[in-house]
Amino acid sequence: MQTPAPFEYERATSVGHALALLERFGPEARLVAGGHSLLPMMKLRLADPEYLIDINDLTDLDYVRLAGDTIAIGAMTRHATLLASPVLAEHYPIFADAERVIADPVVRNRGTIGGSLCQGDPSEDLPAVASALSATLVIQGIDETRTVSARAFHTGPYETVVGPAEILTEVRIPIRPGAGSAYEKVERRAGDWGATAGGCFVVLAADGETVVDVGIGLTAVGAPHFCAEAAEAVLRGRPATAENLAAAAAAAAEVTNPQTDQRGPAEYKRHLAGELTRRALRRAVARARGQEA
Amino acid sequence: MQVTMTVNGDEVTREVEPRLLLVHFLRDHLGLTGTHWGCDTSNCGVCVVAMDGVPVKSCTVLAAMAAGREIRTVEGMEQDGRLDPVQEGFMREHGLQCGFCTPAMMITARALLDVNPDPTAQEIRQAICGTVCRCTGYENIVRAIRWAAEHSDQAAVPA
Amino acid sequence: MTATFESTVPQSAAGNPIGFGRMLRKEDARFLRGKGRYLDDIALPGMLYGAILRSPYAHARITSIDTSAAEAHPKVKAVITGATLETLNLAWMPTMSGDVQAVLATDKVRFQGQEVAFVVAEDRYAARDALELITVDYELLPPVVDAHRALDADAPVIRTDIDGKGDNRIFDWEAGDAAACDEVFRRPGVVVAEAEILYPRSHPSPMETCGSVAQMDKVTGKLTCWITSQAPHAHRTVYAMVAGLPEHKIQIISPDIGGGFGNKVPVYPGYVCAVVATIVTGAPVKWMEDRSENLMTTGFARDYHMHGEIAATPDGKILALRTTTLADHGAFNATAQPSKFPSGFFSIFTGSYDLEAAHCRVTGVYTNKAPGGVAYACSFRITEAVYLVERMVDVLAHDLGLDPAELRMRNLIQPDQFPYRTKTGWEYDSGNYPLTLQTTLDHAGYKELRAEQAENRARFARTGEGTLMGIGLSVFTEGVGAGPRKHMDILGLGMADGCELRIHPTGKGVLRISVQTQGQGHETTFAQIVAHELGLPPEDVEVVHGDTDQTPFGLGTYGSRSTPVSGAAAAVAARRVREKARIVAAAALECSPDDLEWELGRWQVKGDPTNGRTIQEIALLAHSNLELPEGVEGHLDGSAVYNPPNLTFPNGAYLCVVDVDPGTGEVAVRRFVATDDCGPRINPMIVEGQIHGGLAEGIGMALMQAIAFDEEGNCLGGSFMDYLLPTSLECPSWELAETVTPSPHHPLGCKGVGESATVGSPAAVVNAVIDALGPYGVRHADMPLTPAQVWLAIQGRPARTDLAFGSGGR
Repeated sequence: MQTPAPFEYERATSVGHALALLERFGPEARLVAGGHSLLPMMKLRLADPEYLIDINDLTDLDYVRLAGDTIAIGAMTRHATLLASPVLAEHYPIFADAERVIADPVVRNRGTIGGSLCQGDPSEDLPAVASALSATLVIQGIDETRTVSARAFHTGPYETVVGPAEILTEVRIPIRPGAGSAYEKVERRAGDWGATAGGCFVVLAADGETVVDVGIGLTAVGAPHFCAEAAEAVLRGRPATAENLAAAAAAAAEVTNPQTDQRGPAEYKRHLAGELTRRALRRAVARARGQEA
Repeated sequence: MQVTMTVNGDEVTREVEPRLLLVHFLRDHLGLTGTHWGCDTSNCGVCVVAMDGVPVKSCTVLAAMAAGREIRTVEGMEQDGRLDPVQEGFMREHGLQCGFCTPAMMITARALLDVNPDPTAQEIRQAICGTVCRCTGYENIVRAIRWAAEHSDQAAVPA
Repeated sequence: MTATFESTVPQSAAGNPIGFGRMLRKEDARFLRGKGRYLDDIALPGMLYGAILRSPYAHARITSIDTSAAEAHPKVKAVITGATLETLNLAWMPTMSGDVQAVLATDKVRFQGQEVAFVVAEDRYAARDALELITVDYELLPPVVDAHRALDADAPVIRTDIDGKGDNRIFDWEAGDAAACDEVFRRPGVVVAEAEILYPRSHPSPMETCGSVAQMDKVTGKLTCWITSQAPHAHRTVYAMVAGLPEHKIQIISPDIGGGFGNKVPVYPGYVCAVVATIVTGAPVKWMEDRSENLMTTGFARDYHMHGEIAATPDGKILALRTTTLADHGAFNATAQPSKFPSGFFSIFTGSYDLEAAHCRVTGVYTNKAPGGVAYACSFRITEAVYLVERMVDVLAHDLGLDPAELRMRNLIQPDQFPYRTKTGWEYDSGNYPLTLQTTLDHAGYKELRAEQAENRARFARTGEGTLMGIGLSVFTEGVGAGPRKHMDILGLGMADGCELRIHPTGKGVLRISVQTQGQGHETTFAQIVAHELGLPPEDVEVVHGDTDQTPFGLGTYGSRSTPVSGAAAAVAARRVREKARIVAAAALECSPDDLEWELGRWQVKGDPTNGRTIQEIALLAHSNLELPEGVEGHLDGSAVYNPPNLTFPNGAYLCVVDVDPGTGEVAVRRFVATDDCGPRINPMIVEGQIHGGLAEGIGMALMQAIAFDEEGNCLGGSFMDYLLPTSLECPSWELAETVTPSPHHPLGCKGVGESATVGSPAAVVNAVIDALGPYGVRHADMPLTPAQVWLAIQGRPARTDLAFGSGGR
């Protein structure tokens, strides 16, 4: 098996300690949480940090809780926890849908939402979920804590706005009463990266017809900031008819820029972007109407 | 650097490089070769051990990250000369052939049964889908784990 | 006459059947406790670790190699290059197909991943570090990636190491009767269906990779090598031939092996480098490859590009089958199959059908890819042959509008035609194909499935939503147990295997066999063979295998040959022991041996059964002071070298049900029904396990496994992120049934079964998916039928799966 190049290891005991270590070690330092993105890259010698700062002891960042009309998720929350969370199941089943098809159960015991968002892999699922929901991400630095919209968090493949001496600490999602949400993914096999994946939420008016609000997220297809705002605009304020959902789906496919690889040719992925958006919207609408679990 | 962890109930301390993977620590430093490795990309799941009660891929955990934690490997499944019902089930239902993925499958099975003592076949398949087997086609592994679920109250026969 | 084998076998004190029957495995005791001893578990005092530097390019000239920085690394003990090996005449080694293969590249690299240098260091981490300290300069050359272009006039010549080689052709081979075929195909009124069918390059990928620990003892001159080898004796002889080391000073030990599947038959450069390294350093050297090395460079499987034509009457009587096939062998011809069969047993492609004529022509070519081709439970290319015929039969059914089950049933070889000589020269030993197929159809509820499919299609036509149901069949005949030494040898070594049985004075037996288990349970099943023949409880028979110092010569385990060949040898050896026991018993009972009859475990006087001796008593007597007749030596042992008179022909009928989502291309396997006929089953539990495993392979190959290459020759299946293996979620709960037609020529009637399911299953899955896509008029699409490929097939343009998506096509 492949093995990493040498590095130094420190274990952080608190967020403050982690930040101090980041500042001390500089740009050759990386945080390691679940490690299932970083360590494989280090073993293949595609990543070569000089310092690894282990933040797995920051258990006070491991939570899913209701704070008024907001769901707050600590950055160290593991995929397995998100999958099993009753709070998320109640308000945003898009999470359980996505988690069910992220990697495999063993990897989900380790990977974290913070790691997933910060890794910024263009095929990662949770960035699409966070973008779909227009989550707010809390970034803590040595001197200040700031918030960034999920839709402004990623600046390119594997690139985020988190600075060298900053840590993502929390993901906040507003509770939207009556919202329905869903996630769809096509993979060649359980545990594979998606050929295409995406999810959405909708909020319907009291009549159960008009789409009051909608968020559409996409991953693995080069959608800027993991979302399809133009498609949302097509649907927002309109009745949730099959035709309108299809139109929004088609618009979502338009914003994609998929790459051909062994998961499929670009035209297939573009087709999937539309098809999966249509299916996710349909299920989200059904859930908003209370018609589907 | 020095790492100390509990492995199969015993506290162990060794001097290691920070980059040493947990799977190599267990195999090469502790001589516990029952945990295997099979890939470079954290896919195959043949290296699964239990860390603080939860299955993890030991090729994707540094020994340093496991310091202070409780590790259980296949060598720790047999207690006082008695096989764990999971081990017994794998034997009775022919849930292993070459044996290479078996420790990982059994550790995963034990962790599953500890939280879900009566899983359906589909729940079992979900739980073990992170470890690949080339020999069995999985059917007998599912039967083995069902056997263990149905015989958990039976004291395992002496080894 | 076929009947389900009934077991009225007595039980031993430990509860094991004394003979055939379900018996829990002896080997489990160590595996369950994590006490197996696999290659990487071996740690010897002072052991060093090897690592291989590999070429990043598919085709390039090496202009310089600088190893100085690596040699200067404090933990590095040696660095070996092709130049080093040249001085030992070891830079090249013979392959099992009469070609040569580079051990470490000297002039050129010819595939991505090819071995270039070997470092030896104190630990595996340092060895890996040292690889980065070696600098190699390459001059890129255009690669040959598309097998269909390998014989173009302007194709770059890969094997410039072969004097006078001006092209990339390896061989042309044919079997059958081309003229007879022509006559049939040209008959008026005959319907001809054609198709281009690719069996893509795949890889056996056992969970344990390949490796070796080599230890040369300078004092005794003995070389001991632990190798993940399915054929330890063949390896020993090859080492002796290649390295010029005296064969009696070479010991090969196959420890516990974590899966073989044909991947662990060849001699790999890493093994040879480890031997050189132990000689150079004076210390034991371990080389254990990582997974990317395994996938990119060790023996791949398949890569057969088959043009098939089938001729039939319009109402579905199949008359003839022919094919021209292109075989991509990679950069070196390193396939391991009997030497007279460069295309293995591919000519068995006439399958389970009674035909008037058949012909095949196979052209082997070099490409800039890893060498190999025969591996992965192929039974020497029978996987390719069965896939071809079973796909062609479905294509014919599609073109004629006939039900695929009825079409097959109509054309199967009938029971009274056995032994059946095929139009390409095979003599099938036994079978009841109609019963086997009917068993599967009944078990699956074929009529009900077709009715359900009709409703499913009607609903889909109405709504355009939901999944499409597909049903696929595969009826196959396998040929295993190679083989008669007159016709079958590998590197000149005849494929007969030896076996030795010795019974100790206190009645316990030791059986030494030549084959090598990698999970098939030999320690249990071979003990059961001895139990069957001698009445010794299986727990009283120790099976010794894997160490060439401890076991007789044989060609190893692959091609499902363990039971047909070595199992036969064990039965014959046991029968010789039984006959010797008869003589000893007669001496003790003071009667003639002709007065005795055998009752399991005991020789007794005919008509006076209380007067007898158990085999255990006889064992003690054989070692005692009992006077024995003239010419009879003492002790109780027997040996045999079994030269099989023919292959055995296990067969089966499989049925797969799938549900396809046309919107996404996703395929879910709902059911898989498998009826296998491998003759009597020594241990039904183990046989079923073998079948389960092979069926999973079929799903893998049909739906997700393939190694493709891009235009630069980059291997796109070099890790488990892209070379996908089926998990528990893709596999259904297998439904098995059996028919039993014993082989008339095997001492136990047993046929072997290890590869049957891998051979028969891919066609069943592919046929099911194509069947599901009937409403779209899809006639054929190549494996793997990933969601993208299914979607492309629906659009009417399925891709070539040997090349990257988006590459130029044919």
